[in-house]
Amino acid sequence: MLAFNALNGVTFAALLFVVASGFTLIFGLMRIVNLAHGALYLVGGYIGLTVATKTGSFLAGAATAAVAIAMVGFLIDTSLLRFVKGYELRQVLLALGVALVLNDLALIVWGGDTFTVPVPGALQGPLRLGAIAYPRYRLFVLAVAVVLFAGLWFLLHRTRLGALIRAGVDDLEMVDAMGVDIKRVFIYTFMLGSALAGLGGTLGGAFLSLYPSADVEILVFSLAVVIIGGRGSLVGAGVGSLLVGMLATFGQVWFPELAYFVIFGPMAVLLAFRPLGLFGRAT
Amino acid sequence: MHRRSFLKTTGLFALSSWARRASAADAGPIRIGLLSPLTGVIAAGGRELVDGFNLYWDQVGHKAGGREIEVVVEDDASNPNTALQKARRLVEQREVHMLVGDILANTGLAVAEYVKGNGVPYFIPVIAADDLTQRKRIPNVIRIAGYSASQSTRPLADYALKKGIRKVITVSQDYTFGHEQCGGFCQVFTEGGGSVLQQVWHPLNTPDFSPYLPQIQSLRPDAVFAMETGADGSRFIQQWANFGLKDKIQLFTSMNATDQSIIRTLGPEAEGVISAGHFCEGRDDAANKKFVADYEKAFAKLPSIYAFSHYSGAMWLAEAFKASGGKVEDRPRFLEAVRKVKLSASPLGREVSLDKYGNPIYDMYIRKVARRADGKLWNVPVEVYPGVSQFWKYDPEQYMKQPSYSREFQGIKKA
Amino acid sequence: MSRNAVPFAVVAAALCAVPFAAPGYKTSLATEMLIFAALAMSIDVLAGYAGRTSLGHGAIFGIATYVVLYTVTVAGGHPWMGALLGLCAATVAAVVFALLAIRTSGVYFLLITLALGMIVWGICLRWTSVTGGENGLRGSVRPSLLAGPVPFYYFVLAATALMSYAMWRFVHSPFGLTLRGIRGSESRMRTLGYDVSLHLFIGFVVSGFFAGAAGVLYAFFNSFASPATVALAQSVAALLMVLVGGVGTLVGSFVGSVAIISLENFVSFHTERWPMVLGLVFIATMIFAPEGLVGRARLMLARYSPQVRKP
Repeated sequence: MLAFNALNGVTFAALLFVVASGFTLIFGLMRIVNLAHGALYLVGGYIGLTVATKTGSFLAGAATAAVAIAMVGFLIDTSLLRFVKGYELRQVLLALGVALVLNDLALIVWGGDTFTVPVPGALQGPLRLGAIAYPRYRLFVLAVAVVLFAGLWFLLHRTRLGALIRAGVDDLEMVDAMGVDIKRVFIYTFMLGSALAGLGGTLGGAFLSLYPSADVEILVFSLAVVIIGGRGSLVGAGVGSLLVGMLATFGQVWFPELAYFVIFGPMAVLLAFRPLGLFGRAT
Repeated sequence: MHRRSFLKTTGLFALSSWARRASAADAGPIRIGLLSPLTGVIAAGGRELVDGFNLYWDQVGHKAGGREIEVVVEDDASNPNTALQKARRLVEQREVHMLVGDILANTGLAVAEYVKGNGVPYFIPVIAADDLTQRKRIPNVIRIAGYSASQSTRPLADYALKKGIRKVITVSQDYTFGHEQCGGFCQVFTEGGGSVLQQVWHPLNTPDFSPYLPQIQSLRPDAVFAMETGADGSRFIQQWANFGLKDKIQLFTSMNATDQSIIRTLGPEAEGVISAGHFCEGRDDAANKKFVADYEKAFAKLPSIYAFSHYSGAMWLAEAFKASGGKVEDRPRFLEAVRKVKLSASPLGREVSLDKYGNPIYDMYIRKVARRADGKLWNVPVEVYPGVSQFWKYDPEQYMKQPSYSREFQGIKKA
Repeated sequence: MSRNAVPFAVVAAALCAVPFAAPGYKTSLATEMLIFAALAMSIDVLAGYAGRTSLGHGAIFGIATYVVLYTVTVAGGHPWMGALLGLCAATVAAVVFALLAIRTSGVYFLLITLALGMIVWGICLRWTSVTGGENGLRGSVRPSLLAGPVPFYYFVLAATALMSYAMWRFVHSPFGLTLRGIRGSESRMRTLGYDVSLHLFIGFVVSGFFAGAAGVLYAFFNSFASPATVALAQSVAALLMVLVGGVGTLVGSFVGSVAIISLENFVSFHTERWPMVLGLVFIATMIFAPEGLVGRARLMLARYSPQVRKP
């Protein structure tokens, strides 16, 4: 029983990681609390749903979602966010406005029915792991998250772009002063973060389903992950996801009355006493 | 598609209603304020509610009782604060003669409180809060074409007993509607000799039922009754199948969980799920088939309970308008007419009328999810319980002495 | 000061004339505008003058509403008793929020007040035995003297005028000036010897008190409290009123409240796409008029009437 719930917590954490990793990159580097991240997840999920249903390929759906939302992110950054660059609060509130618009657009286009992204037959049904039968798809999500972590780690620690991102998270002014085209780095980061949200939407849409308030729910979790784990930190996103995933799963079983408190309590406490979170670094 | 045609229809209707209003003879149109959650968590149902309601009026040319019918729609955003605000706006600013609609029980309760104070008629084809037609009834709140939460689950419990099921676990969303549906089920089930092994209550919008499923399996019930609505229903049915429980334990659900609004986006995991309700879209009855066909033609999908109840509700109102000569301003006479309606030739089945507490008496169908010839999923009846009222076989006054269903009181008879 | 007297008198007269010029539903709409203007103003006190933007004031506002409803409908108390308890509860909530939030600033302050607001929402949603859960608390709570819409309007008008005056005096007092100094530069104020944390704490609590007062008025207005009353959406809507009107202008809160509520009334007449319109207003305000309507107006006045400016 415990093992079962632990697996539930870990696989849920895997999805949270996919989504929150994008959020933390944007927050860490660009200092933008992208409140539209949840809406990007939802729209990405819907796009993935439509493509996967029409083409019969889950992979095509996921890939299209990631690319499409990267484009949406590009648009948001270059046509809206650039007007409020440097003004932290304005960015946050602008992102909130974008979230409202995207959510309503999604309602117009896809309607309010609950949809589930179709998964290939190979991933359906349970897999026998010793004494328990566990859904294959959730294990797949776990695998995706692990691969993603490795990929992002490689990007951040072995490529030039990654080095620039890490440097920017640490000390933005220095990077700018060194003559790097920081604007380009910002755009790539925003696109990458958005793509991850879109990918997350397709992945999540297959087992958590897609419906009008799914964006707010995932945003709330992403916020908690990034605050607890620390902004701009990949390891922080990983650890934060595990913590939040476990808290949410076990909290639901053991303390259903305190459902929200279990997530927001630690978040509020951390914000009050250690705003940088567990792995965030002071600039 | 349906959305665009809805907008077009409404736009054209709005234009023509202005024109009609300008040329109206003596009494102006009957203005009906339709409250519906067009945004928010239950937006899909809200859309269908409006579509179903308007479909009827479109079919009869927006006329009844000798007057034009004008429907004014307001979004209650799936939340009671907004519902209250919009109800006030409809009554005080838009001067509607009556209010209809809402889906979520908490929105209905908020509006009911408001109309208690000013006597505006409020008709609730979907709001199922038991007490609105029982212990806390309000004379001007009438559940035309609607049902009370515990009304539909009692026949299901009886059916389960008939099928030899003796041990059940209930899984339910933790709010009034869930408490009442489970209460109705548990009371009849335990009074008939069954036992409820456990009751799982979870918050609304639970993404993950996996924490509960292994526990359920280990207790070995004969069946599980899952009271779910909306996205929770969809997820539950899928996760139930994904965890391999579908073929091991019989699944009964609330009629909301097997409603079209959920099963139309599901696949084989929904087949064979049994529920009970007064609406069964696969029923072989002339009026029902016609309604389903008309709806499918207009909106390219099978109707959900939200569309069905408001279509029938509109029909009910049309009868009442006719019977009262269109004089809705004479409230006592109008409300009396509403109460006396005997609706026949409606998708509700054979002649339906209200009991003396303001709730209809129906034939309840035990329904199973099956595939239609063209592959779409729908509910077909496997058994019928005729003439089920909100009080089942209990004496109303005796029944109302017992407390309202809640988490603490589920009507469970101690063995 | 005398320059402002004439427009003030005009506005005051207009406000007093509302029940005659705009009777029926419009009067209750105006009442609602006043109540939300008061909430928005309480947010502005902190955002505009101490430089701390909060997304938790809706929760503090709603706590007062709940307490009034509970006192009257569940505990059987008197409405005025409920009002007093509501004010106390809101102030206590503000103290708790403040203790946790004043160590942060900027975006982190926004996030922590958001998180605290969500905790309050979660409590209101799940503590069914006290708060009625998702059904909320309902029942007539308006004091009987104020039962009619017209007397109630004048009561709210008087209350709001009093609150606005109090907030205005507060931000223009030496304490308020210190807050503005803190908004300008915390480190500077610290070196000058001011206890920054204490000032921010008091500022937050005062601001929360006024939010609670608005919440009490709302309880009388609505006779209903549900989790939606304390939800994030409430804080967001009120914050938008401050932004649209103009942060740091106080009077902008009235402008913002009238603008947003009128807009919503107008939009919902024609379409259910209000959330989209709301989002667009957010975006447009942040890009084109971040200083708000009143802020913009003041800038333009300053630019086009140079003779008024003092050297």
